[in-house]
Amino acid sequence: MTERGIPMQVEVVERVQESPTVFTLQLRLIEEAQRDAYRFDPGQFNMLYLYGVGEVPISIDGDPDRPELLQHTIREVGRVSGGLARLQPGDRLGLRGPFGRGWPMERLDGRDVLIVTGGLGCAPVLPVIARLMRQRERYRRVAILQGVKHSDDLIWRERYDEWARLPDTQVLLAADVAGPQWHGAVGLVTTLFERLDIDLANSTTMMCGPEPMMVAASRELLQRGAGEDDIWLSMERNMQCAVGHCGHCQYGEKFICRDGPVFPYREIAALFGQRGV
Amino acid sequence: MDGTGFLQREHFGELIRILAGRGYRVIGPQLRDGAIVYDDLSEVAQLPSGVIMDVQPARVHATVTQLPRYFSWANGPQALKPLLFRPVETLWQACRDDKGRLEFSAADEQEARPLAVIGVRACDLAALELQDRHFLQGEYSDPHYARRREGLLLVAVNCTHPDATCFCASTGDGPQARTGFDLVLDELDTGFIIGAGSKRGTALMEDLSLLPVREDQLAKAAVSHQAAREAQTRALPPGDLYDALAARREHPHWQAVAERCLSCGNCTSVCPTCFCSHEREQPRLDGSGSVHLREWDSCFSEGHSYITGLVIRAEPRHRYRQWLTHKLGAWHRQYGRSGCVGCGRCIAWCPVGIDLCEETAAVLGGGHD
Ligand SMILES: Cc1cc2nc3c(=O)[nH]c(=O)nc-3n(C[C@H](O)[C@H](O)[C@H](O)COP(=O)(O)OP(=O)(O)OC[C@H]3O[C@@H](n4cnc5c(N)ncnc54)[C@H](O)[C@@H]3O)c2cc1C
Ligand code: SF4
Ligand code: SF4
Ligand code: FES
Repeated sequence: MTERGIPMQVEVVERVQESPTVFTLQLRLIEEAQRDAYRFDPGQFNMLYLYGVGEVPISIDGDPDRPELLQHTIREVGRVSGGLARLQPGDRLGLRGPFGRGWPMERLDGRDVLIVTGGLGCAPVLPVIARLMRQRERYRRVAILQGVKHSDDLIWRERYDEWARLPDTQVLLAADVAGPQWHGAVGLVTTLFERLDIDLANSTTMMCGPEPMMVAASRELLQRGAGEDDIWLSMERNMQCAVGHCGHCQYGEKFICRDGPVFPYREIAALFGQRGV
Repeated sequence: MDGTGFLQREHFGELIRILAGRGYRVIGPQLRDGAIVYDDLSEVAQLPSGVIMDVQPARVHATVTQLPRYFSWANGPQALKPLLFRPVETLWQACRDDKGRLEFSAADEQEARPLAVIGVRACDLAALELQDRHFLQGEYSDPHYARRREGLLLVAVNCTHPDATCFCASTGDGPQARTGFDLVLDELDTGFIIGAGSKRGTALMEDLSLLPVREDQLAKAAVSHQAAREAQTRALPPGDLYDALAARREHPHWQAVAERCLSCGNCTSVCPTCFCSHEREQPRLDGSGSVHLREWDSCFSEGHSYITGLVIRAEPRHRYRQWLTHKLGAWHRQYGRSGCVGCGRCIAWCPVGIDLCEETAAVLGGGHD
């Protein structure tokens, strides 16, 4: 049992504007001892604290094998994220973490891997992709699917192109609404499933995005032969404490901050897609 | 619980004095604005002597009688919860210097003195045990709760006058206190049978002017235990209701309750087991820093389930359903038992008299799917 702690101080090392509303912050813990001790698993999150404004949960999307650089990709939607958006290299903020259970990395060996994301759900799977690409030989076919509302919302186009060039790696993009330069599909991310070149019965899926998208996508994958234990979903609820105390992230008997945010479909099947839970 | 003694009513003040003398901040029940509240207690005269409560859904009425009793009522809106899990609490403070460097410090408002609470009920003890599981026995412990909990001394009183809203007998949590106290009292007209539940309690008893307990006094206490149990008319169905409630997620009664419910959150504030809170930042006006606060919250508030642009439990029926299914269902899976200890507070203090027992029966009775 650990005592709930107070934030550690971090510094912005780099800031990248990914789109008009999305930005990436690279952070570094100031205290050397904290930096040395910090490790995270793909799929975990940190609580980022902005001085005088508040604290929000943000997934860690850096490389888990380089934990000294903490990367977070954030959409500006409100008070805290809006304030984080104005930070510049050298600015300081607070960080607590890492929290939660991440992606099932230990279950991917020798299997096909499917990654399905929507919107900014592409961020929490970056650490997974970093691992997959570094140790490509451990895994079989990989498919990375990303859906966006408007084609202009797509970030990291070069990375998708780069992954697509790797052997046995399929990258499929979809936009509900497409602008003139769009080469991907038009429609929901689920429209891409037809073109999947993986064996769903021997695959593990990792999914992150808006809940209605995840509900529709999981149901379709199940129909297409994926197993309930092989679809993993990153869930989102209001979070205040991240330590299982504030009650806000409850989902049935689960505390998403502690038991998740990543769950196998089977664990949440009874609640998944139900309104108002 | 061997080694009981009898403390005459006129000597009851000794207990308060001895606890204060040992450095405790003594807290006890008092009648204020028609309700029993727990606050600093320095003398017997402050106790609610002869107070009889008529407690009904949405109605609490106190009458002061000549009855020679200090504890002839069951409970008030507060339990032990606010003493340990504070309604508002500073978690940490941050300071920023002129170079933008931050410094975080844990809020350590040292409690000047440990707390001793007189007049704790069986349901309060059961709820405390549950709050302990939540705040101390998970993966993370809460240092603020832990600090206050450590020194806490508890003087329990067995209930002789359960309220009409009480149903602790059906949840198995009362009306008799069985564990978790330092001292336990049975109140008779002439004084108290007193027993210890801990070493600290035993040590305290040595300093009190106790008489041996007579057989007839023990018999009277036993009669009142049984009477207190039998006086209770409300009940909850036993056991884990998770599956039964889940099967009735779309039962029409959720909407029927929602049409009366004001989403005020009174039920969750008075509930001794509810643990929800939100965090809030309060920059100091003089610019010297910023305070990070934790405040009680309720699953009835709109913000509780807010995520950008979306309130998950948008309708009151979703919120009432969350409350009941958490309390009577999910708690079993989270903490190994129901989250309801049968204190009846949520029934008494609901402004429109929504009755947990009745609503549960209505949802379960329908046999809906
Ligand atoms: C596990 C997890 C991982 C996340 N990862 C990312 C990420 O990588 N990038 C990203 O941009 N966003 C992420 N989010 C969402 C992000 O936390 C919210 O966008 C953020 O809290 C909004 O705060 P705000 O003050 O800017 O917005 P406001 O709308 O002003 O929100 C007010 C407050 O409500 C709460 N709140 C609002 N929305 C959410 C939400 N979606 N989740 C939790 N609490 C919320 C917060 O306490 C917030 O301060 C994640 C959420 C969770 C639960
Ligand atoms: S749900 Fe109601 S009766 Fe049960 S412990 Fe909470 S306040 Fe008391
Ligand atoms: S979710 Fe509702 S019922 Fe459960 S602890 Fe929080 S306020 Fe109480
Ligand atoms: S975020 Fe507070 S309990 Fe999960």
